[in-house]
Amino acid sequence: MIEQPIQYDVLVIGAGGAGLRAAIEARAMGASVGLVCKSLLGKAHTVMAEGGVAAALSNVDDRDNWEVHFADTMRGGQYLNNCRMAELHAKEAPARVRELEAWGAVFDRSPDGRILQRNFGGHAYPRLAHVGDRTGLEMIRTLQDYAVHQEIDVHMECAVIEILTDGERVVGAFAFDRDRGTFKVFRAKAVVLATGGIGKAYRITSNSWEYTGDGHALAYRAGAALIDMEFVQFHPTGMVWPPSVAGILVTEGVRGEGGVLRNSQGERFMFGDIPPAYRNQTADNEEEGWRYTQGDKDARRPPELLTRDHVARCIVREVKEGRGSPHGGVFLDIAWIKERLPNAAEHIKRKLPSMYHQFKELADIDITEEPMEVGPTTHYVMGGVRVDADSQMTDVPGLFAAGECAAGLHGANRLGGNSLSDLLVFGKRAGEYAARFAQENAAGEISQDHAARVARAALEPFDRGVDADSAENPYEIQQDLQQMMQDQVGIVRNEPDMQAAVEAIGRLRERAERVAVGGNREYNPGWHTALDLRNLLAYSEAIARSALARRESRGAHTRLDYPDKDERLGKLSVVICKNPDGDLEVSWEPIPDIPEELQRIIDARK
Amino acid sequence: MPTATFRIWRGKAGSGSFQDYDCEISEGMVVLDAVHKIQAEQANDLAVRWNCKAGKCGSCSAEINGSPRLMCMARLSQVPLDKPVKIEPMQTFPVVKDLVCDVSWNFEVKKQLKPFSPRPPDAEDGSWRVLQRDVDRVQEFRKCIECFLCQDVCHVLREHHFHDRFIGPRFLVHAAALEMHPLDSEDRVGQLREADGIGYCNITKCCTNVCPEHITITDNAIIPLKERVVDEFYDPLRKIFRVFRK
Repeated sequence: MIEQPIQYDVLVIGAGGAGLRAAIEARAMGASVGLVCKSLLGKAHTVMAEGGVAAALSNVDDRDNWEVHFADTMRGGQYLNNCRMAELHAKEAPARVRELEAWGAVFDRSPDGRILQRNFGGHAYPRLAHVGDRTGLEMIRTLQDYAVHQEIDVHMECAVIEILTDGERVVGAFAFDRDRGTFKVFRAKAVVLATGGIGKAYRITSNSWEYTGDGHALAYRAGAALIDMEFVQFHPTGMVWPPSVAGILVTEGVRGEGGVLRNSQGERFMFGDIPPAYRNQTADNEEEGWRYTQGDKDARRPPELLTRDHVARCIVREVKEGRGSPHGGVFLDIAWIKERLPNAAEHIKRKLPSMYHQFKELADIDITEEPMEVGPTTHYVMGGVRVDADSQMTDVPGLFAAGECAAGLHGANRLGGNSLSDLLVFGKRAGEYAARFAQENAAGEISQDHAARVARAALEPFDRGVDADSAENPYEIQQDLQQMMQDQVGIVRNEPDMQAAVEAIGRLRERAERVAVGGNREYNPGWHTALDLRNLLAYSEAIARSALARRESRGAHTRLDYPDKDERLGKLSVVICKNPDGDLEVSWEPIPDIPEELQRIIDARK
Repeated sequence: MPTATFRIWRGKAGSGSFQDYDCEISEGMVVLDAVHKIQAEQANDLAVRWNCKAGKCGSCSAEINGSPRLMCMARLSQVPLDKPVKIEPMQTFPVVKDLVCDVSWNFEVKKQLKPFSPRPPDAEDGSWRVLQRDVDRVQEFRKCIECFLCQDVCHVLREHHFHDRFIGPRFLVHAAALEMHPLDSEDRVGQLREADGIGYCNITKCCTNVCPEHITITDNAIIPLKERVVDEFYDPLRKIFRVFRK
């Protein structure tokens, strides 16, 4: 029943920005490379990134450099970041962006013909290279079009359901073809996880169906540790109306271009709550904020461009205190800039074309004329697989992780634009070190028993029969999980809710064991959803248990019962591991020490 | 809540039929929402391809009441609901199952096209100097989300099945984006005329009409490429030069 293994030096799982960049690098190092993606090539979540890629190119403001980018990233992450990753990221991002241009990317241009950069939350200077508001599309297409000429084997619509190890190191992966329903076994010397995030555990999310935390769950089951899982970023501006589009992202670029947030009383409420760490860098009046968005180097940024965790919390507060918009959000207004700019409507359409179309076509709103209604949406997970900063290798030898599924760079909160640069910098590093690992290590042996067990378990939902009394519908379990996580492990958390969440996950897991699907194995989304449940439940528990453990509020993690920061916890990460009995275990570990020279950079810009 | 009937094509290549599903509808719903609701409640194994549900990835292409569209951008308020809403897979590609078709041909075509090949950098750091006005046109082409609706509607592919000698509007746009890229130094005109079959396009603009990204495929991409082919191969003066060069 088990297929003959397909062999590669390096197998990359996931074909978004990180996976493509890793595959390209491993191939350039001479490795044979297989690239597995759940969707068609070029459809991965990177395609939805809008605002831009952060890199201290200093094309627009020559005061910018890697040190400022590093300090901004650490401050945004509340200093829980892995400082070595933040250093590598800030130093290498410019070269990675220029490389994209050499591969055909067409970024928006500055007046002197260089790559244009825009303002974004938490970045001191205009730093985001962008293409209107479709930067992710430009990036993924550039990487995809480059990769298809590099002799990389692409397995489209193929999902990995288990990492195969020999007990110590990685030896391959077990997958199934989504279209034909047949199994595929990959034997590889090194495996790179680049599977993205976890948004599908929540009801309101900007993430697609693919974001079922596969890499998190696969690595955990293979014996790797997860860290910082309590830090889930809720992007402050998602669509809230109509209900069927709730959660779809509204780029931070709207605020970068001068868009402002108002409550139902017309008040720019962000001016009322500026955290001490940002007070020196934030405008204290509307006029200065506007000048900043228009490139005035002496002006400080408007409070709408504070970090995402803070803006999301302020929006929740406005809604809760009765100052929200009709459909439970607040108003985001870019149309007002017509008071300041000639041809404002044309300017908005050119700078934010997909936002214009998105609201026009899905909500009948013309954003050049009227304000949008927005509210927080599940967007990104800072936590993930613990990796070595330089090589991106996990605790399991030969298993690497890069991009959103890896942890460390962003600490307690990610700055906008830092994920696209993360993909490039650490995708490249993961590919490079995976290829090196493959050069230095022979292929391991795949256990036929293990593969057979995985195959049998995967087919169980067919054997149970949909007509049995105990049969559970996979979609219902998924929806119940999403509602529960939204309500109980959402933006604002407390102990009783999260305790209840952990218990609810246990009950959902029991139901998942009775899930039944009909039809056959060919392109059967019911079966696919049933197979996703295992991963969804595994990392949902990791999020809830980590969030319970962190008894403080920090970055994206807000506790009603512990509203303040606890300095002691500011130096620790929550670690999730599978113990020898197969149960989830929570522990703490200190964050990596900050070397003196990096500490100096941080202190100089505090 | 009001309900509507959706007449969805179910089955595999060569053996399938339309089946009717009643589905409750609510404000703001798009066709993809209805398909998902039917899938979750009535037909768990209904195959549909989708990702972003925001018109950005180009996965959920299908034919709704006969018109090629993205299901995630087709609002029910703009579709007549007094009769069943007919949803079927794209007709130009072989069906895998239900609403999903095999679009792998497109990925093979792209591999055959000459890749981007930049001129040497203008600056020591490996970067170039290019003005915005020089990339405006190329940026229009690079908006393409590869939904393949233009391929679906193109009669050269849809009716004549010339998949072996014509790359279709999607890849003519791709070729135009490369040919008009201010940094590119490759010449694709010969390939466009021969292997790519640009001559088969008789500019009926069906592709432009269905493009969800509103790319002016025919006027801005295909016609200028056709002009380049004409200039290169059919200009009488150039023809003479070519004879003498030989």
